[in-house]
Amino acid sequence: MATFTPTKEENLRSVKSKNLKVALVGNPNCGKTTLFNQLTGSNQHVGNWPGVTVEKKEGFLEFKNITINILDLPGIYSLSPYSSEEIITRTCLLEDDPDLIINIVDATVLERNLYLTTQLLELQKPMIVAFNMTDIVEKKGDVIDYSKFRRELNVPIIPISANKGNGIKELLYLTIGYADKKGKPIVSKIYEDKIETVISKIENELKLGFSFNGVKRKINLRWLAIKLFENDELILRKVNLSRSQKEKIRLYKSIIPIPDNMDSQMIIADQRYKYIYKLCKNAVKRKHPLEHITLTDKIDRIVTNKFLAVPIFVLIMILTFYITFGPIGSFFRMQFEFFIKDILGGNISNLLTNLGAAEWTKSLIIGGIIEGVGSVISFLPQVMILFTLLSILEDSGYMARAAFITDKLLRKVGLSGRAFVPLLMGFGCTVPAVLGTRILEKEEDKKLTILMIPFMSCSAKMPVYAMFIAALFKEHQVLVISSIYLLGILMAILTAAIFKKPVLKGNTASFLMELPEYRFPSFKNLCIHVGERVKDFVVKAGTILLAATIVIWFLQSFNLNLQMVPDRKDSILASFGMTIAPMFSLCGFGDWRATVSLLSGLIAKESVVSTMAVLYGTGGLVGTSQVIMDQFSIISAYAFMVFVLLYTPCVAALSTIYKELKSFKWTAIAVAYQLTLAWTVSAIVYQVGIFVYNVI
Amino acid sequence: MKSVNDLKPGQLGVVHKITCEKSLRRRIADMGIIPGALIIMKRIAPFGDPIQINVQGSDISIRKSEAENIKIRERK
Repeated sequence: MATFTPTKEENLRSVKSKNLKVALVGNPNCGKTTLFNQLTGSNQHVGNWPGVTVEKKEGFLEFKNITINILDLPGIYSLSPYSSEEIITRTCLLEDDPDLIINIVDATVLERNLYLTTQLLELQKPMIVAFNMTDIVEKKGDVIDYSKFRRELNVPIIPISANKGNGIKELLYLTIGYADKKGKPIVSKIYEDKIETVISKIENELKLGFSFNGVKRKINLRWLAIKLFENDELILRKVNLSRSQKEKIRLYKSIIPIPDNMDSQMIIADQRYKYIYKLCKNAVKRKHPLEHITLTDKIDRIVTNKFLAVPIFVLIMILTFYITFGPIGSFFRMQFEFFIKDILGGNISNLLTNLGAAEWTKSLIIGGIIEGVGSVISFLPQVMILFTLLSILEDSGYMARAAFITDKLLRKVGLSGRAFVPLLMGFGCTVPAVLGTRILEKEEDKKLTILMIPFMSCSAKMPVYAMFIAALFKEHQVLVISSIYLLGILMAILTAAIFKKPVLKGNTASFLMELPEYRFPSFKNLCIHVGERVKDFVVKAGTILLAATIVIWFLQSFNLNLQMVPDRKDSILASFGMTIAPMFSLCGFGDWRATVSLLSGLIAKESVVSTMAVLYGTGGLVGTSQVIMDQFSIISAYAFMVFVLLYTPCVAALSTIYKELKSFKWTAIAVAYQLTLAWTVSAIVYQVGIFVYNVI
Repeated sequence: MKSVNDLKPGQLGVVHKITCEKSLRRRIADMGIIPGALIIMKRIAPFGDPIQINVQGSDISIRKSEAENIKIRERK
């Protein structure tokens, strides 16, 4: 399929530098990341770049003794900066100065993808255009004449299929061969003569001197001239021109008449598209006209059908949920938990005893680390299952349809349809749900969604409700539990209403989104996707979690004189609990043991139950039921449940929230907000409850 | 003047003018929606908004409030 002959070995010797910096640039969803993974394989490392909002990935590979650094830049439609992704990509291209740009083009949507290509060419940097998804093009029966594109665009063009791994080696040969030549693409004539004249006049004006962002940089003048013609605001701000230069440029521009339905930016866009259409008409033979009904159309007719869309959507979501948190996921989780806590924990415990380790060491390792970190790590199978399923939904193209369907509902809270899935996942576990916000495009949307997620009652809170319901609400089980979940959803909506303004700053998410063709997810991609997130989960949540667990273990095992206490009642945690307990008297549960169990719920929500059992000294859940009936009234129990529903999530969730928000300030705001809300609502519930009770 | 929203599913239109503020207009233009471009109205989302249109072979979802700015003339 590839018509390209690899660069001869002799040519490679001339490569002097043993390091190449290559930037991958292309439209969203053009297979850029797939190519990145194909190229770098297991060598990749994902880095959070400070100061930027969207991750750019860097990976490297060795090829013919040359180290190639590959930058995977956020997918963009154009080089005009109006979103953070585009600013990152543009800044990287202009200022990081890569040795070579590889522009990945989705050959199935050629025209739109080549629009970016025409802009990249204007940067006049060494560039290769990789026509991706050529296997799908072939399957469709379309024929692309690559030689025509090569001749017209004046850059090396190579057909590849990143999914299938076709053409990757040829691309690498081309990369090391071409980057060395430092060849710059000769710009083909895109604009009509009149505009071309104005651009070169502006270019000449720029030759007289200017500074860019305060300093002189090696920036292509023609590119800059086009940007000035377009009135690109960011560039206008960065370029320093003298007053006479500005005046002249304005005069040159006035030569071009602008129709009243256009502006200068659109004239440029229009010219680019006209150029591309002409080129594609010549070089691409399409088997079917654009109106042809494709398989994607047929699937869309069903899954976005007016009547079927919602049931199908609900079914898919329930299925995802059921597999992850239902019997299958729970089975794996329990096996894993058994392995970590009983087998691993048991063996370590024996080992420590045999080694004659001190009591506190055993307590720290078994009671602290294995118990705390272990209970979070045991979520791993569920995280893996969930992300496998979500990756399938994402890679196949369904997720874009889910966003299409739910957009109207989520717009009411200022979000777009894409936020639906992570919110739903919140009912299972906050940790994967918060990680799932990565599918959101804008950082602001992600932030608002993360603030909402903790109020979707997670499955770990279930045992707490179950304990109280078993003790006090036997007759109205369903009503009580549904009211709690519903309250959570209402509070999430309230949260969105409160934070909409400070977070989104009036920018309602725009919803101009491509609905990609359905594709069969590739297994390799799936593994990389899931593997990346699992690694993240284990390493990053694990390190923060480990520290937090040790702190809490310490607090509940030692007293203020730093002596280990046999009874938790004498621990720092308990004395702290007793100090703050009165704060909850308005909520109806000012008992220090209730307070401490809430504190221990910060490790994991389930431990609210276990701590209560320990502190009330009952032994077993049956006994606890009795104690709860003695200690709580219906009203204070409900207020307690409300507090558990709304207060700060566990440390695992918090560390994930911190990691994803990338802001200490916002994490602190979230925690303060959750505590305030939990206390207030719970107090209102209790006080109103008591009042109504007394009246009746 | 008619906008994309006035097209019924399956109908075609030619873009005449885009009337919104600069940044959204640019975003729209970058997707290939520029005066003279052919738009096929594909379908309306189940809850009545957004809509799905096809421009030069790619399916795009756009909210009605945004599509309102894309004025069209009917194809002869």
